[in-house]
Amino acid sequence: MTTKQRGFLLSLWDLFCSLKLTMFVFISLALFSIIGTIIPQGTLPPEYLAQLSPAKLKLYRSLGLFDMYHSWWFILLLYLLTVNLVACSIKRLPHIWKIITCPRTVLDTGLEQSLTGVVSFSNPEEPEKIKERIAAILGVEFANPVVTEAEGAWHLFAQKNPWCRLSVYCVHLSVIIIFIGAIIGSLFGYKGSVNILEGESVSSVMSRSEEQIDLGFSVLCEKFSIAYYSTGAPREFKSILTVLENGKPVPNYEHVRVIVNDPLSYKGITFYQSSYGKTGNYHFTVSSLDGKGTVPLLVNSDSSVTLPDGSSMHVVEATEDISPYAQGLSGPAVQVEVHSPNGASEQFVVYANYPELNIQHAREHNGGAVIQYKGAELRMYTGLQVAKDPGVWIVWLGCFLMVIGVYAAFFMSHRRIWIRVKNGTVTVGGNASKNQASFLLFLDGLVDKLKTDLTKEKK
Amino acid sequence: MTSSLLFNTTTFAYLISMLLFFVFLASRNKAVGVAAMAAAYGGLLLQTIAIALRWKESYDIGVGHAPLSNLYESVVFFSWTIVLIYALLDIKYKYRVIGAFVMPFALLGMAWAQLGLNNGIEPLVPALQSNWLLYHVVTCFLGYAAFAVACGISIMYLIKAGHDEGGQTSGESSIMGMFPPIRVLDDLNYRAIMVGFPLLTIGIITGAAWANYAWGTYWSWDPKETWSLIVWFVYAAFLHARFTRGWVGKRAAWLSIIGFCATIFCYLGVNLFLSGLHSYGGGK
Repeated sequence: MTTKQRGFLLSLWDLFCSLKLTMFVFISLALFSIIGTIIPQGTLPPEYLAQLSPAKLKLYRSLGLFDMYHSWWFILLLYLLTVNLVACSIKRLPHIWKIITCPRTVLDTGLEQSLTGVVSFSNPEEPEKIKERIAAILGVEFANPVVTEAEGAWHLFAQKNPWCRLSVYCVHLSVIIIFIGAIIGSLFGYKGSVNILEGESVSSVMSRSEEQIDLGFSVLCEKFSIAYYSTGAPREFKSILTVLENGKPVPNYEHVRVIVNDPLSYKGITFYQSSYGKTGNYHFTVSSLDGKGTVPLLVNSDSSVTLPDGSSMHVVEATEDISPYAQGLSGPAVQVEVHSPNGASEQFVVYANYPELNIQHAREHNGGAVIQYKGAELRMYTGLQVAKDPGVWIVWLGCFLMVIGVYAAFFMSHRRIWIRVKNGTVTVGGNASKNQASFLLFLDGLVDKLKTDLTKEKK
Repeated sequence: MTSSLLFNTTTFAYLISMLLFFVFLASRNKAVGVAAMAAAYGGLLLQTIAIALRWKESYDIGVGHAPLSNLYESVVFFSWTIVLIYALLDIKYKYRVIGAFVMPFALLGMAWAQLGLNNGIEPLVPALQSNWLLYHVVTCFLGYAAFAVACGISIMYLIKAGHDEGGQTSGESSIMGMFPPIRVLDDLNYRAIMVGFPLLTIGIITGAAWANYAWGTYWSWDPKETWSLIVWFVYAAFLHARFTRGWVGKRAAWLSIIGFCATIFCYLGVNLFLSGLHSYGGGK
């Protein structure tokens, strides 16, 4: 390796260890994240895309702004964050590790000068005797000390919470663990959805990337129902599901109630209540205005049919009872949409109980065909979100470590006290990794206690 | 006695408290300061009772749930947490005058809720029927409130620092004499964020846990999630800059104010201007 190369690598290493990079990444992540909250993400309706100018559309597409949290540059920022916090930890950890595992137990001149608020008081007694007393007091008031003899003096060292110095690294590690969990989830898991008709079962689901995924078992929807509050607002969306293996119900997975906020899990795959709908056939008859040439017409809820005059019709909405929507009327009705061959389209209501209204509508509209509603055979279906995420427990582990680490980083302090007994003089010093001011107050109290207790003993 | 009446009284108490704090600043009369604080504590007590009463009232009408389910209830709760965090700060550090810069936030919240928002108790939509609602909302709002207090303290810091730089020494005679020393304000700013950051962290995690439990995805880059992460990044930047680069004083105060603006956008802006999973928190 040439000097130049080494110089380059060193400066690269310095860059990765630098807090400037940390600040840059934090602020970039914060600022760029805003974009994705303003520009809609994911699969977008064509109407939205149509209103963008072609240049804008091209720019957004090339920068990946419609899926920006998975775009190469956003992922790169997350990689930079990871590299940065790993590098910082590698750089600083050995020093911190040494402080924790090999503490300085001797209060020498160098250490004494580095501490603030060192107090000395005289005590004429034999150092061998009072060091025991001090050790006992320190053990009660603070922590059991390590006692060493060096350079003709006795040194006592006691500490509390040395491990909390690792809390920052615990937080850094937790971020990496969360990332690992997320990567495992995206590699070995999937998110999908499935609609199941009442009384039917499915054995595969559609993933978000539009792939058919085989479950390895079947899920039967026995019933879907909605309960309402007295105000008319929905109170509960409920599916009753049964898991089938080779067509047979699995014990403990029969008639399981699945509602929003209470999913069903089987073999690592979880089913969440997410939507619902009706599907089936609507029955109509079509005739001319004078009532001749009546033919039945069947319209599937998912498709449209062609009427005798060449226009197409589909059902928009259906109800068992029209009375809440139209005063003085009752019984079944459907709202249909008709597209004429000339491009015009209209929506209107077709009634089951009021043939005269349907005739009147036909008469008012250029004497077109009369459509009568004859009822429907509809079935409810439940819409389920399906997720498999083997990485989720690793994410929770990371979150747990993060909370522990953040708590320790803010609210715990590594506190150390050194006491030297030499030639009738007792010297007390200490420091804390956090909240030094309140620690010095504690130290003052300790010194007072040492003074009074040691003189009491003497009398 | 209804919760609605008590909330109105609370709003009035916070108004009195804020005005007394302003008089306290101007007059430097200790008795006025005590009265201002008493009004704040009184309001806090009334509001606590009112929230408990509203909770009970929701059970009385058969739709029982914690009063944290819509914009009105969350604004009221936010106001409560701000005064709570301020009260804790007052008990611990005894810098009463900070109230002049914190109570306006609490009053603003209550006044907006009482005058501008629909205060009807509504049944809980299926998506919110979970115990996670309580854990998630309480931790998030305690975090937000700590950031609000930090923002108030930072504004004080900037006023005081600007005044000190202006050449006038903050003598006993001026209003500035009432302000804690800038070093203390800087430290209190940090301490408030030190409380808020872990709470926000837990709030985001409980939100992720709930999302995973209810929808099967702990993170979906929904605008609310993203903005909470933006807030988290801002305060993470604040803490890193402070710990390792010694960013204190003015720069820290500005970062704290920016952080709170992001917090407010995360809380209100996302619901009012953007669409997403938290639509039930929107205004009606």
